[in-house]
Amino acid sequence: MTASSIRTGNGGLRVLETAAAWLLGILWVLPLLYAFWAAFHPAEYSTSFSLTAPWTLANFVKAWHAAPFARYFVNTVALVTMVLAAQLVLVTLAAYAFARFEFPGRNVAFALVLMQLMVMPDVLIVENYRTMAALGIKDTILSIGLPYMASAFGIFLLRQTFKTVPRELDEAARVEGCSPLMTLWKVYVPLARPTYLAYALVSVSYHWNNFLWPLIITNSVESRPVTVGLQVFSSTDQGIDWSIISAATLLSTGPLLLAFLLFQRQFVQSFMRAGIR
Amino acid sequence: MTRTREWVHAWLLLLPAMSLLVLFTHYPTVANLWHSLHSTPRANHPSVWVGLDNYRNLIEDPIFWQALTNNLWYAVGTIPLSIALALLMAIWVNDRIPGRGILRLAYFTPTILPMIAVANIWLFFYTPEYGLLEQVLAWFGSAGHNWLGTRSTALPALMVVAIWKEAGFFMIFYLAALQSMSPQLAEAAAIEGASRAYFFRRVTFPLLMPTTLFVLVNAVINAFRMVDHIVVMTRGGPDNATELLLYYIYEIGFRFWDSSYAAALTMVLLAILGIFALLQFSFLERRTHYQ
Repeated sequence: MTASSIRTGNGGLRVLETAAAWLLGILWVLPLLYAFWAAFHPAEYSTSFSLTAPWTLANFVKAWHAAPFARYFVNTVALVTMVLAAQLVLVTLAAYAFARFEFPGRNVAFALVLMQLMVMPDVLIVENYRTMAALGIKDTILSIGLPYMASAFGIFLLRQTFKTVPRELDEAARVEGCSPLMTLWKVYVPLARPTYLAYALVSVSYHWNNFLWPLIITNSVESRPVTVGLQVFSSTDQGIDWSIISAATLLSTGPLLLAFLLFQRQFVQSFMRAGIR
Repeated sequence: MTRTREWVHAWLLLLPAMSLLVLFTHYPTVANLWHSLHSTPRANHPSVWVGLDNYRNLIEDPIFWQALTNNLWYAVGTIPLSIALALLMAIWVNDRIPGRGILRLAYFTPTILPMIAVANIWLFFYTPEYGLLEQVLAWFGSAGHNWLGTRSTALPALMVVAIWKEAGFFMIFYLAALQSMSPQLAEAAAIEGASRAYFFRRVTFPLLMPTTLFVLVNAVINAFRMVDHIVVMTRGGPDNATELLLYYIYEIGFRFWDSSYAAALTMVLLAILGIFALLQFSFLERRTHYQ
């Protein structure tokens, strides 16, 4: 008998707990289940539930044609890719400097980086809007991503990982004649692969889902990401057609949800890794 | 000589990230203070120095106070509950509960769904007359409530959405901490005949303290940062009952285009976050010492 079965051997309580855990689980997926129900059934079944309700894909077709979702998807994918690519480069370089270099002003610089953990771009919307207007890049995909590219969270996370790399490896590479950048590329980056994966998944889901700043800075179909597109779509004349709104909701979250279901283990582990640091 | 070279290398490595951070975090913070001391430029009136006028307006603005109070209640209502639920979930899915994998997935799913999308679905749940909540309540014979349209229930209804969205996210951190705990502790406790409640109170909970602190700081930030669902579900109404600070900043800044007043409001939000920044700093310092 293992420890956990001794500890939880109390039969009645155990059953009760399992039931509570499952009830909570059902409550937690209920909104998603409802969205599936409404999206795959005709509108008259969106508020009444019956096992004989016919299935249909018409809601998806209608939603797809009612708004330029294809364009929104392109924008979101471009945004997420651009932000992640920039983050990976910037964060790697900065984390390396903080992890393995001695230089005057290091602590001050690090404190300035950590400040962003609290004062995030999400809060500085008024001033960042002004900056984007001054730079003349309002309403572009670049302007949505720019404030997030230097990520304090990423720098901190990767610095912690780089610090665990044995100094001997670093020194061996230097003896072989590697420049600092070569050492970074050949020694540190390969060893930090799990951290990169964790950070990438967190970053992609954050920017796929981000809403308020893109809502403010974009103003046209050409730059709107899918979250803003969904809001524009469901707040206009679509009114109260829950079937179409549900279909659009599933459409907009579909790729991320699918990726999550396929790679759920990696997702959960990545978020855990990003959390422990 | 080599020392100087190392300095130069380090600063070159930092330069790209630092310049973006300065441009989009440090400069806007300072500029925000500056602009909050000026008037909003209008067609025929360029911006002029007005000193503390914007802050005086703020003190006399009942909607600001309403938003601040709402936000505090929102924080008090969502933070303890979502943390407690997260802990409970983590303990359940860390244990050998039947269907552990599926439950873990179910709890975590809201985390990766966009708030803006799920808010649409929750909007339907709360719809008067034929919404899901009303239909369920009708079975018990107590329907007929407009959840989002009534002052007293609108904010709690939004809190439920926030708790639902966040608990699974915080669960992950607790789960990570629980999994790094030594199984020998539980075995020893079992041999000593300690009850589960006793073990949790005297061993698990104290060991999870750093995680709780970390989650708490994140929960506080989110309570002041997450306003996406307000845009979809209530737009601050009815009668400002769901006005939160950041949403009010958004309204003033981008619907009334009063950027100076919005800057003053942002200063209040930054001050609140700053207090918690100090907390976070001391916490991170302590954490890195262990490594």
